[in-house]
Amino acid sequence: MAFTLYSLIQTAILCTNAIAVLHEERFLSKVGWAVDQGVGGFGDDPGIKAQILTLIRSVRTVMRVPLIIVNSACIVLLLLFG
Amino acid sequence: MDYNATQSGFRQRKLQPNMRQRNSSMEGPDGSQLFEDTSGAGPRTQSGYRNQQTEPQQAGFAGQSLLSDPMSNLAMAYGSSLASQGKEMVDKNLDRFIPISKLKYYFAVDTVYVGKKLGLLVFPYMHNNWEVSYQQDTPVAPRFDVNAPDLYIPAMSFITYVLVAGVALGTQNRFSPELLGVQASSALVWLIMEVLAVLLSLYLVTVNTDLTTIDLLAFSGYKYVGMIVGLVAGLLFGRPAYYLSLLWCCAAIFVFTIRTLRLKLLSEAAAEGKLVRGTRNQLRMYLTMSIAAAQPIFMYWLTYHLIR
Repeated sequence: MAFTLYSLIQTAILCTNAIAVLHEERFLSKVGWAVDQGVGGFGDDPGIKAQILTLIRSVRTVMRVPLIIVNSACIVLLLLFG
Repeated sequence: MDYNATQSGFRQRKLQPNMRQRNSSMEGPDGSQLFEDTSGAGPRTQSGYRNQQTEPQQAGFAGQSLLSDPMSNLAMAYGSSLASQGKEMVDKNLDRFIPISKLKYYFAVDTVYVGKKLGLLVFPYMHNNWEVSYQQDTPVAPRFDVNAPDLYIPAMSFITYVLVAGVALGTQNRFSPELLGVQASSALVWLIMEVLAVLLSLYLVTVNTDLTTIDLLAFSGYKYVGMIVGLVAGLLFGRPAYYLSLLWCCAAIFVFTIRTLRLKLLSEAAAEGKLVRGTRNQLRMYLTMSIAAAQPIFMYWLTYHLIR
């Protein structure tokens, strides 16, 4: 119950890491969530599955470099301060 | 005497450019003018930058009338131009991160609005017209329309909730000042997570709505009013009163949230009550229901540990 803002930041970092780790070829296409399998309904209504796939793909593209920086900072801080 | 007057006049002129973003006429340095102008004006930030350019000249003139010594004149003019440049830079950068002009809209409230809105939050059953009225494509300020969201009530009720939680902990001899901070930060964390979850679900269902993030923050913050009512009733009259008042407030917030969000999320036909078939409208209805159902859950979750 005693959540702090720091735990919120930790949760955000962990969740973003989890989404960024999903590999396109090795995993997503096996499940059927590859990037070309969702874009069926153009124009009218993308549907939830297409939205999720777009979200995953955009998180992977956008957050890769900032995640590297943030993760390194987290590792250094945890090593120094426990 | 003159020096002091001009100094305070100088400081008041630093406050003025914010107000000049709202009105085009030059009002006197009156504190209440800030809210008076914010209400009907809407976004008039274009006039703000023009007015800010005339500001260094005026401050320079004030410096001239201060002392006749040319060196201090120069120093005064240079210092004031530096200050106004710094202020411009801070304003511009701050405006990029926190949209201050938009925030001002949400705080343009008055006592009548607050009273009506609080009554609506506790008893929303008699209200008939839930639509937000617009004025030339921008929503009217909250003081003119009861249905408009505001941030004053959520902010005040959040702080009151933290204080009442402190009182409740004190009656159980569990109080220490750090616990206030813990309560505040966990309530804030839950609020942020709820707003993020609502944003995510709005994105997934591809709802075309004009609900901004701050609107969602306001709607999620309205449940603190019910929590405070429940907590105070529980403190004064014991556990049965806490459960009863919490039940009443949960039902009220549920109805309030559904009626407010229905107009914003659903398509027009469905919002008027007709049964429109189709998976899209069904999804949106489920989304509205789940957002509304999450409010009583949070209300109970954040208060039950305070009443023993």
